[in-house]
Amino acid sequence: MAHESTEPVWLTDDHLLSVAELAEMSGLSEAELLELVDYGAVTPVDPESSPWMFTGRCLLTVRTACRLRISFDLEPHGVALMVSLLERIRGLESQLDSLRAQLPRHP
Amino acid sequence: MKYKDYYATLGVGRDATTEAIKKAYRKLAHKYHPDVSKDPEGEEKFKAVAEAYETLKSPEKRAAYDQLGRHAPGENFRPSPDWDQQHGDPQFSFDDADLADLFAGMAGGRHPGGGHIRMPGQDYDVSTRISLAEAYNGTEVELRLTVPEPDAQGRLHRVPRILKVRIPKGATDGQRLRLTGRGGKGLNGGRDGDLYLNITLHPHPLFRVSGHDLYLDLPLAPWEAALGASIEVPTLAGAVRLKVPPNTQAGQQLRLPGRGLPKPQGKSGDLFVITQIVMPATTSDVENGLFEQLAKASTFNPRERLQKEMKNGT
Repeated sequence: MAHESTEPVWLTDDHLLSVAELAEMSGLSEAELLELVDYGAVTPVDPESSPWMFTGRCLLTVRTACRLRISFDLEPHGVALMVSLLERIRGLESQLDSLRAQLPRHP
Repeated sequence: MKYKDYYATLGVGRDATTEAIKKAYRKLAHKYHPDVSKDPEGEEKFKAVAEAYETLKSPEKRAAYDQLGRHAPGENFRPSPDWDQQHGDPQFSFDDADLADLFAGMAGGRHPGGGHIRMPGQDYDVSTRISLAEAYNGTEVELRLTVPEPDAQGRLHRVPRILKVRIPKGATDGQRLRLTGRGGKGLNGGRDGDLYLNITLHPHPLFRVSGHDLYLDLPLAPWEAALGASIEVPTLAGAVRLKVPPNTQAGQQLRLPGRGLPKPQGKSGDLFVITQIVMPATTSDVENGLFEQLAKASTFNPRERLQKEMKNGT
């Protein structure tokens, strides 16, 4: 399927994607994606509701998961573990950046 | 075609076992993988390591690589006619090709021109750094890439490409933009790849960035902090007047709503002004006299809590 649109899209928490969209954009099959959800590498916005929707950030996580699986030849649970630790580091780094921004510089 | 020494890239001898090659690759991947490494040149280093491993891990590709003989890295060379007959792809052009493309065409890899299988184009991951003003107003950037592209006969060529990309308002540090269909061309009806743009911001001499909020230090004279003042402060949309209330403390945050960076959904972050109380480096006799008068007239004790705690023996 060729895409005509080149409208830039911000990959933020406000931009939502369906399983099919996430699969098409990441190049994974839906089954492989559901496996990543099973292992906790990515979580739908509301796991209780159907159909599942994912944030734009999840696309980045899934692409990272793909790269790690290929580069390090990892099992799905290894990928999930690595991705969740990387997400934790990302969260801590962004907290640190935010606190640093609030620290006054010396006049 | 330029020669690359894959063994040297992985730091192993030419007689290394497949197991030793794998181990060397894993160590280097751990060190340089762009998702794991903090090395600013990690991505380039990892690409070289991954390319070397891709060829050396397969016994067939490794044998073909070894038969190319030894050359100095970067030396221009052409595979011998014998080699070409044994391993070469008739559709392959050696002149402006990369060594990696030569082996990608062999068994175990996929030649992009081969067959009529629908193949999606490659996704491009590119980083770009823009200024705070560019993030605020939106901007257009030129990205320079060198990408393998097949010609009409399916032969791969490395071609420099310049992509012009519009970055709409809404950017902040570390934010990603996806541009559908702006990656590599799909083959045989496969969809075009996408472009993922990782945006970082140049540090600004005045404003510090946290998400879409901005922080600015505002130095105040002691009397401005005491009496209050109307002060001109810079924002990304030009200077505004800010009312500093009387008895302002150092380190207090004054919020200017909506004066931060625009968000992708249309709203904007805030600008937080952090007050600093600054003493002049030297004071005149007149100023000293006034401070002495103030010291005599004031009953203010800034160390009340400290003294209370000391009395309590804590």
